[in-house]
Formats: sequence, structure tokens, C-alpha cells
Amino acid sequence: MGVEGIGARVVRKEDKRFITGKGRYVDDIKLLGMTHAHFIRSPHAHARVKGIDSSAALKMPGVVAVLTGQQLVDDKVGNLICGWAITSKDGSPMKMGAWPAMAPETVRFVGQAVAVVIADSKNLARDAAEAVVVDYEELPAVADMHAAIKAGAPQLHPEAPGNQVYDWVIGDEGAVSAAFSKAANVVKLDVTNNRLAPNAMEPRAAIADYDAAEEHFTLYTTSQNPHVARLVLSAFYNIAPEHKLRVIAPDVGGGFGSKIFIYPEEMVALWASKKVGRPVKWTGDRTEAFLTDAHGRDHVTHAEMAFDASNKIIGLKVKTYANFGAYMSLFSSSVPTYLYATLLSGQYNIPAIHAEVIGVYTNTTPVDAYRGAGRPEASYLIERLMETAARQLKVDPAQLRRTNFITQFPHQTPVIMAYDTGDFNASLDAAMKAIDYAGFAARKAQAKSQGKLRGIGVSCYIEACGIAPSKAVGSLGAGVGLWESAEVRVNPVGTIEILTGSHSHGQGHETTFCQLVADRLGVPISQVSIVHGDTDKVQFGMGTYGSRSAAVGLTAILKAMEKVESKARKIAAHALEASEADIVIENGEFKVTGTDKAIAFPMVALAAYTAHNLPDGMEPGLKESAFYDPTNFTFPAGTYICELEVDAGTGKTSFVNFVAADDFGRLINPMIVEGQVHGGLVQGIGQALLEHAIYDANGQPVTASFMDYAMPRADDVPSFNLSHTTTLCPGNPLGIKGCGEAGAIGASAAVINAITDAIGKNNLEMPATPDRVWRTINAA
Amino acid sequence: MYQTTYHRASSVDEAASLFGKSSEAKFLAGGQTLLPVMKQRLAGPSDVIDLGKIKDMIGVEASGDTLTIKAATPHYDVATSDTAKKAIPALAYLASLIGDPAVRYRGTIGGSIANNDPAADYPAALLALDATVKTNKRSIAAGDFFKGLFTTALEDGEIITAVSFPVPAKAGYAKMRHPASRFALTAVFVAQTKSGEIRVAATGASQSGVMRVGAIEAALKANWSPSALDSISIPASGLLADIHGTAEYRANLVKVMAQRAVAAAG
Repeated sequence: MGVEGIGARVVRKEDKRFITGKGRYVDDIKLLGMTHAHFIRSPHAHARVKGIDSSAALKMPGVVAVLTGQQLVDDKVGNLICGWAITSKDGSPMKMGAWPAMAPETVRFVGQAVAVVIADSKNLARDAAEAVVVDYEELPAVADMHAAIKAGAPQLHPEAPGNQVYDWVIGDEGAVSAAFSKAANVVKLDVTNNRLAPNAMEPRAAIADYDAAEEHFTLYTTSQNPHVARLVLSAFYNIAPEHKLRVIAPDVGGGFGSKIFIYPEEMVALWASKKVGRPVKWTGDRTEAFLTDAHGRDHVTHAEMAFDASNKIIGLKVKTYANFGAYMSLFSSSVPTYLYATLLSGQYNIPAIHAEVIGVYTNTTPVDAYRGAGRPEASYLIERLMETAARQLKVDPAQLRRTNFITQFPHQTPVIMAYDTGDFNASLDAAMKAIDYAGFAARKAQAKSQGKLRGIGVSCYIEACGIAPSKAVGSLGAGVGLWESAEVRVNPVGTIEILTGSHSHGQGHETTFCQLVADRLGVPISQVSIVHGDTDKVQFGMGTYGSRSAAVGLTAILKAMEKVESKARKIAAHALEASEADIVIENGEFKVTGTDKAIAFPMVALAAYTAHNLPDGMEPGLKESAFYDPTNFTFPAGTYICELEVDAGTGKTSFVNFVAADDFGRLINPMIVEGQVHGGLVQGIGQALLEHAIYDANGQPVTASFMDYAMPRADDVPSFNLSHTTTLCPGNPLGIKGCGEAGAIGASAAVINAITDAIGKNNLEMPATPDRVWRTINAA
Repeated sequence: MYQTTYHRASSVDEAASLFGKSSEAKFLAGGQTLLPVMKQRLAGPSDVIDLGKIKDMIGVEASGDTLTIKAATPHYDVATSDTAKKAIPALAYLASLIGDPAVRYRGTIGGSIANNDPAADYPAALLALDATVKTNKRSIAAGDFFKGLFTTALEDGEIITAVSFPVPAKAGYAKMRHPASRFALTAVFVAQTKSGEIRVAATGASQSGVMRVGAIEAALKANWSPSALDSISIPASGLLADIHGTAEYRANLVKVMAQRAVAAAG
């Protein structure tokens, strides 16, 4: 692997600028003549906008413009789109209400923008915003999903009667009924998957710059996928044609899914920059992030699992209500359907599954993909069910899982996914050994003698990553393909630039992607740079989400590298007067095997560009590109086991140990992988113990600041004990599965299973706050 | 933030004088409440008078049976002060639990008690230790100082200069942290004075702010031990309730935290 090759724990190249405060984020960018935008947002969860009087604001110092939703309509700017079409069980397409970037008529959640003030400074824009008078007529609002689908509930969109977006099904209902009719045991569970606010460290921001002479727009924005942003902004919103729009996503401080989507603020900034003839900057604050960044999760589910007399699962039926908030965000429709229900088989051989998912509108912030996106909801449900079943059937929870593990691959589940490989026993074994599962009973007894309630919880998760085979997702309703692109540019002196369509916003691509090059060519990573996040520099690509950048993005780079190597090999063979088949690449040299004849890689590069001595017919230069479309999803899987103690007096949870045994296929940089797992586990634990985006019955957010929304801090989580069991992914040449979301997918169930084990009561919702745990302990 | 004029006072007298000249001035201590509120435009003082750099207002001193913490002393200084740890270890411990490190480096005792957040830590210590609040005009007993939610006996423009604590025979503090804000979800300070009086104060629990807990004081008077509180039941009426804790839960915490504070006090 070499000191910087695949598998090496290379220190991150990008950290020097991040740690020394030299990162360049959108808000760090200042353009000449730049104006500042401040959005005027609805304080009501549901209201009619009867009028907007901006006359006083327009007279205030430094105010350039006050723009409203009606002006968007007048300029024929398109509404926000949802990019994945879902069909209900009755064959009808999903029912969507229009989402204008600023509401001309009706606001449907607190924080929805109705107007924007453009001024010479942010403070002046805020001053003027206070002088804009918006006349609202309040309408009845509904924030609770079950209330929203009741007869007589306030209606959000005329297009969606009963506030229902879709009623979608997957699986074979008849086969499931047959299984349940012969079941020896049936286990039932109701679970809520709590709504989360993503809270990337950097809030969203945008600077739009319109060049009137060139009729060209530049948009600097906090995006996980700048090309997708450009595509959507140009194809659907009628603001700028694709060839006249450059989208730059510079350093981005975390996304977790929330920066996939094209939001109203970016659209409005782009449109406004042309209207006012000056660059327009908007930087969201934390309150705006709570109110407008797409939230995650928010499911309520009833599930039943049927077992035969030997404790084998014979059927699973699931009914889930998914809260979409007030509007359908870009990929929201796919999250509780194809990203959720297709993983309901978990790690288990389940012959019959049927799931029904009902999507619901409420007067709350829109919900979309958040780290894991549907897969945490599936994993949490299945792993809570397995633990519940073990308790009901009075068998060891680990053994019940083992009894039902899939052991033969490939394995076709009844819910679309075909698992390619895995070794679920191996990761369960590794985790049980790491936590000394066998010794737990003694530890629990010991803790009990000291008045402590100790519990252990297992979670065997599986996810589908490497998103995604384009043809497959297209057949399921996706509006885009999910391949990735790469270009490898070898400079005449032999340094290398890798242009990738994926985007790094914390993942460490600038290091890991270089490691592939170092591994193949034996050049130091200091000679390689990664170029990403700029649509003018980089060929079209799909961006970063769904743990796809290594499995899909890096494979594209590999494909381009292979083309570069092939050409370089020909040049070297020609220069060395050897057969191409005899050329081997070692330590930065192209050698004739079995001889001491060699040419250094920079000399090959130089030869390609001087073109003085190339093989006949060969084009000069050394630059290749590739597009890689995966053939299947990848299936990272593993076992997490959590051991903890509950303080019966306060309900407070204290971790004793947390072990993770993951199978991510091949690891490029184990240090970065560990960092990804740590972060994911913290988010999973955050969901289990702390985080909850709450609305009151009228749709007012209760948790719109860090004073109320509990983000996990370092002292809320334990030190993690990580290990890896590896089965290489057969679907891509590097054998990579992906690691970005696993922790957030698997951790929550391990924690709740451990707490419910400790307190001896099975019904406990997330977040398991001390209050909630204490009340559960003391409930009759 | 609205436009404001910042003043850095070099003495208490100068600060008081600046305040008198301004229409809508606010004193700034550590800024842990005022600055976030100003950034959200929920407050817009014409003038901000910074007390944090007044040398006479910073420091921890012990003299005889009294520990004095000057008003602009940051929590971190109290938490790490050998003087404080020797005189009243429970008080230094309390300071170490306030907020997070960033808050402890900036926040001050004077700012905390002047704000009198119903879930702040220090008010419980002042009340339980029968401390005296020293201002530029007078001395105020802790029992007279706290007047309910975000309300104190301070007059307009009056500046807290120090808090003096009688060194108790025993004292202990136990806190259940609010998971988001790190204020007290409920915390209890127990003290046994050198004259044998038992004083118990709870913060984060009552809708009226920091409070003495008579039932617990009486039980501990009879028997200074955690088990003395086993049969105590704190009524939930009048207690705070929010997404992080029901009133019943807080009632339970008053008792449990008191038991743990007694155990810590020894």
C-alpha cells in the first residue's frame, strides 16, 4: 500500500487550512459592490399574505430593493421542484402543492420567506426589514401528522386532499398475510422516529453575481452538489441558462444532506442579483438554519413481525406515516419510500415483507434527506423489533439475530434490494467479543448490587450506499442519474490534478482521492491535487451524499487513471524501446520488467506534452476522463453494541462501553473512516438521547435555538471502540462499500435497546431524555 | 445587532457615571446573556458599559469566616481558585458546572445573579449560604436580593461589586444539567452554617425562580443524611415544565439532587 497509498492512515491535507482558520467559506468571500439580503419570514405556521407594504423600508438608508413573492411570479421564476416521482398504490402520482421561493399568497410554515430586503449592509437590510409591514390573515395550522390526516383538519394544499402526498406500498401483501396466518408468534411494535434539525456547523450561504455584459451568473453557495444545483436552477427556475451559470461550492462546513437541496434563498439571491445589478450575499444565521434547513426523519410506524416455532422470521408488515412538512423538498419523496422500505429486510432472511408509507403535509419545516436518509429509520425499526422479539420469545437477542442472518450471497430481498456480499456473523462476533458480551450478566449483577441499572443493546444495521445505479433509480422515479465523473490531468512536469464531480464538505476527499493516485503511480500525494466544487472547472458530476463518493466517485477516478496509465505505458514502452506488456509501474517509475531500464513518471508526462517522440498516431497530452455508473448499490453493514447504566433517581444514561464492528469493504484511509464513524455514531446517539425538533400544536417551533435543541457535545458520548470486518464489495473494482452514514444509521437502536434492557420496559421513544426515562421507569 | 455605543469603564464610579448620562444603558459583565439577546435584536441598548475590565471587581478573597468573590470574576477563576476551593469547595464545584468552558471563561458571578435566570447556578449558592450582595450603594442579603424570574432588588443603575459568603460548616451542590443549555434542569445547594442552621435552595425548579425548600431543610435539621429525605415528597405545583422536564420530574429532582448534595457535603 505504501506510506501514502490505499490503506494508509495519511493525515488530512485539508486540515492545515481548516485548523489554522484559513478555510475559504462562502461568507469569507467579498465582492466589489456587494449587497446583502435579509429575508422577511412568516411568524405564522399558516397564513394568507394579504399585503406587503415596503414603502417605508425603501426610504431607509442603504436600501437597494425590497422584493416579494409576487415579483417572482411576475418574472415567471419557477417553483421549487421535487426530483423523485412516487406513485401511490391506486396508481395516482404523488400530490404536490406549489412551493414558490417567496410566498405570494400563502405561508405554510414558520420561517417561510415572503420578501427580501437588499441593502448595502446586512445590518441595514435587517433595519429595513423591520419597517416592512406584512399583513397576514392567520389560518388554522396543523403540525401533528395524525391530526393532519383527520377529517376536518386544516388543509395545506388544494392539490393534496386530506394533506396526503401519497399512499405507497411495496412488497407482497398476500404472501405476508399467509405468513402471519401460520405464525407461531407475532411481535408488534409502535415506534416514532423523531424529527431532527441537521445543524451543519456552517449555516447556508449564497453570493450571486450577475455580469450584465456577459449575461452570465456566478453563484457561490454551500452545496454538496454544485452541478445538480446548476442543473436545477437553470432547467426549472427560468433564472439562468446552464451555460451562463457558474456554481461554486468552496469550502463547505458540513452538510449531512441538508446542503443537497436547492433552497429558496439561493434562488432568490440569483434572481435578485440581476434585478439590482449588483452582487447579492445572503448568509443564514442559526435561527434561519433551524427554521429553513430541511429537517430529517419524523416517522411514526406500526410494525408486526411473524416468527415460526423455531424463531425464524416468516413475515414483516409495516405501516409508516412520514411527515414531509409544508412542501415537498428536492428528494424528500424518495426518503421514506425507496431509501427506507427497501432496507426493511435488515440483515435477515425475511421471505415476505409488505410496507405501506403514507406521506403527510403539515405546517412545519420541510423534511428531506439527513445523514442516512430513510435507512436509519428502517434500521431503527428492525433492530427495535428484533430486540422486542427476543424479549417476547425469551431468547438471547444476539442469538435471535444469528438465527435469522442472511448467510448466502447474493441475496434477493422481497423489497427490491439484492445484497451482494457480507458476513453478518463476523461483525456480530467481533462486536460481542469487543464488549465481552458473555460477561455482561455478571457485570449487570455487579451494577445492581451498587444500585445501578445496567443494560446492553445490540444493533445489526445494513444500509444501501454507493448511490446509485442510474437505470435502477430511474425505473423507480428518480429524475436524475446517479453516476459520477472524473478527469485526471497530468501536467507536463508530472504533477496531477484530479477533477471530481463529487464534493468534499468534511469527508477528506483531498486526501483519500490522492491516496489512490499514490497507490497506483507511487508518486507522493503532495504531487496530486483534487479539484472539486466549481462547475466551470469540473465536468458535470452528481455530488456527495449517500456515502457515494468513494464507491462511485473514486471508482470514476480509477477508471480515468487506468486510461492515463494505459497511455503512459505506451509512451514509456516507446521511449524505452520495450514491449508495452513488459512495462510495470513501481515507485513512480515505468520499468521494463526484469531489466534496470526505467523512465520516471514526470519524464513520461513531459514526453506526452513535448510530443517529440510519441508512438506513431498517438495524440499529444496526458489527460483522461471517465464516467462511472455503478451496477448495484453497495451494502455496508455491521454490529453496534452499547452497554450503559441508567440512574434510576434521575433517568440519566451513562455509557459504559460502545463498540462498533463495521464492514465497509476496502478502507482507503482508516483514520478518516474512523472519523466518519465517530461522527455518525454521535449523530445516532444524539437522536437516541438528545435531539428533537419540536412544534407546538399550532406549528410554532419550540426548539429553534441551541438553548432548547440539544446537540450532542463531546461529554455526552463515550469513547468508541471501533473495529472492521471486511468483505470486499464485488460491485466496484476497489471493493469499497462506503462509510459516511453507518454510525448515524446503526447507533440509535443500540442505545434504546440498551436503555430498555436496563430499565426492564420495552416501550421508550426517542429521544430518551432523563425525564422520559424516569417517567418510563416509574410508570405503572 | 442594533447600533450601540460601547464604553469600557475603568472604575465602578465611572461606570455609574456613564450609566447616569445615558438614556437606555446596559451594564455588560461577561455578556453571556446580554450579547446573544442583542444579536437577536431582542435588546437594543443605546450604550453598553463594560464592567469586565474594572480591576477592583475581579478576584477571590478569604478573610476569617468570609469568602468574597468580586462581581466581575469569571466562573473559571472561581472554579479553579485555591482560595475558593479551600473555603467553600461546593461553591468552586458549582462554578465548574456552569455552562461550558467558553461560558465559564466569560461569564461572571455578578452578571449571573443580576440576570437571575430561574435556572442559573449561583442563585442557589447565594440563597443557601446566606450570602450578602455588595453593590456600589449598599449590602443586600441574598434572601432579599432575588425577587422572582429575572428580577432582583437592584435599582436602576446599581452595580454589584462583590458577593460575600459566610464559610459554612458543610455544603454541597448537585446539579442535573439541562441537556441543551447546560443551565440547571434542577439543582440543589445544601448548607449547614457554623451556627447549625440548615439552608437548602433549589434552582431550575420553581416558576418563581430560586427557592428555599423548607421541607428538606426541616428533614435535614432532624437528620443530616441523604436517607432523611427518602420519604419526602415535593409537590409539583408551581414548578417549571418544558420539553426537557415535566413538573413532576423536577419535583423528583429537587429531592434527588438534595440527597446527592448532602452526600457530597459529607
